[in-house]
Amino acid sequence: MKISGAQLIIKLLERQGITQIAGMPGGANLPMYDALLQSDIKHVLVRHEQSAGFIAQGIARVTGKAAVCFASSGPAATNLITAIADAKLDSIPVVAITGQVPSPMLGTDAFQEIDTFGLMLPITKHNYLVRSIEELINVIPEAFSIALSGRPGPVAIDIPKDIQNQMIEIEQWPEPGTAVALAQPSSTELEQIQQMIESAQRPMLMVGAGVINADASEQLVQLAEQLDIPAVSTFLGLSVFPHSHPLNMGMLGMHGTKATSIGLEECDLLIGAGVRFDDRATGKISEFCPQASVIHIDIDKSEIGKLKTPTFAVNADIGATTRALLQMTSGCQRIEWHARIQYLKTKHAIITPEHGQLSNPYCLVQQVAEIVGENTNVHTDVGQHQMWTAQVYPFNRPRQWSSSGGLGTMGYGLPAAIGAALADPERMSLLFSGDGSILINIQELDTAVEHNLNLKIVLLNNRSLGLVRQQQTLFFKGNLSAINNRNAVNYAAVAEAMGATGFDLNDAADPQATLQQALNTPGVVLINVPISENEMVFPMVPPGAANKDLIEQQAC
Amino acid sequence: MSKRAVLELKVRNHPGTMSHLCGLFARRAYNMEGILCMPMTDKQFSKIWLLVDEDERLEQVILQTNKLIDVLDITEHAASHEVFEKLECFFNS
Repeated sequence: MKISGAQLIIKLLERQGITQIAGMPGGANLPMYDALLQSDIKHVLVRHEQSAGFIAQGIARVTGKAAVCFASSGPAATNLITAIADAKLDSIPVVAITGQVPSPMLGTDAFQEIDTFGLMLPITKHNYLVRSIEELINVIPEAFSIALSGRPGPVAIDIPKDIQNQMIEIEQWPEPGTAVALAQPSSTELEQIQQMIESAQRPMLMVGAGVINADASEQLVQLAEQLDIPAVSTFLGLSVFPHSHPLNMGMLGMHGTKATSIGLEECDLLIGAGVRFDDRATGKISEFCPQASVIHIDIDKSEIGKLKTPTFAVNADIGATTRALLQMTSGCQRIEWHARIQYLKTKHAIITPEHGQLSNPYCLVQQVAEIVGENTNVHTDVGQHQMWTAQVYPFNRPRQWSSSGGLGTMGYGLPAAIGAALADPERMSLLFSGDGSILINIQELDTAVEHNLNLKIVLLNNRSLGLVRQQQTLFFKGNLSAINNRNAVNYAAVAEAMGATGFDLNDAADPQATLQQALNTPGVVLINVPISENEMVFPMVPPGAANKDLIEQQAC
Repeated sequence: MSKRAVLELKVRNHPGTMSHLCGLFARRAYNMEGILCMPMTDKQFSKIWLLVDEDERLEQVILQTNKLIDVLDITEHAASHEVFEKLECFFNS
């Protein structure tokens, strides 16, 4: 069978099980779009290439499978960069395929030529500039294998237009790329962990997204129950433990509760599971868990000892490790430690005002959660609304939570929520956003409406860049700089203008009833919720400080 | 002068390998004092010799380098390894 390079690409993607691709056509990837017409793969046209990357992320995060985005050369490729860098920081398996000017024109400053290989290099797990059609046959499955293996991550493939047009005789298809088998823990390693847990008086689990990637959340919760070990969660590890689980202490770090901070100060054994000891989680790392021995279990060997020197480390599959430990250990109770944790949790819980007014962010997030129920995938953008959601949203299953953690990309939310809605249409895709973040990719409302997605956007509108305002208030003597854009946008009207349904709680006689009505309205819905610009996220650890030196609330 | 170590890498011989390696060292602020690269007898592979600082970051440098897809194998040698010494005459004449 003789086919073109472009047909070969599409065929190989079909063989990978890809059913949806987000992207935008342009001069250098037109052959791929021509080949796409002959395929059952559904294409989702974006209004900015950055969103193609984030839609792919939304699909990948909710399914755990690799997802694909397409862009042309030059500005299309540079537009993709932010979303791919975001996938790298959060270890999301995305395969980005860009068109490039024809090979003979490479290096001539041709129209829409840019060094995509050079640009993608530092922000991907691996990347390619394909030099021949023969190479292409192996590059695509290999890209998927790399994206999915071990610690997942993005892979970028840049394909010159002449290679897309070149013909090739295919006799045999390569096997689709899959994740390679993970390293297994040895019995000596397992025994050592068992021993350290047995001799600990006050152990603490620190769970991260590595647990979700390993599909090991349930077993890890079981293990915690069996051994009566409380757990703190990293920002991306939220949803490993159900929010209301008695052993769950919630998020640690810059906006974690004081309970987690004290618990970590007091623990004598820290078990880091699928975590990378990020600075936003640990605070000043030299003062993190000062009394504790540290067990670090992670699939990425280079994370072990990178920031926190462990007492004992296991570079192996967290799932296999957890399952083995479940078998090896028997139930135990830590009455004193357990009681201490419960005391801390109660004493330092995040207080939701009893008035229940929706202008209070915690009341809003909790009431939205109550209305939408458990069958919802929850997204945020980046800012105060993101932290408020992380602090109090009642997550109850892994992969329910999707947010830009490592890179902290404002504009992530809307396209990522679109991706989840496309990949998991049975569930509502819920997005908490802010007036700062939403404007960065608001053009994708048009995309969401085009596909009539079950997408609800709750817009926490304080008419300012809230987290920046907060830092200027707390650490720059209240000198507010460039944070109030006098934002007078009528977001409900914008939503309506783009074909979605808009609500505004600002002029609602009964905000609760309007919120309920809005969240029960089919299709794409945006709900503008006015929030006071004086609301801040507390507790807060000043950047660079130890977690124990957190600010509990603003001094009056 | 800080202590040095020599790293011997077996890599896949194709365009881009060198960029991945040099990019890694540049963005993680690792010092690369010297680099030598030639294809091996089997042209599918190249050998790269690196002269690097031997400090507390060396282990992390090796772990990160090992993560590069095109790097197949890394061997660590002491700075006394003759590969760079023998080339001295080409650089200091």
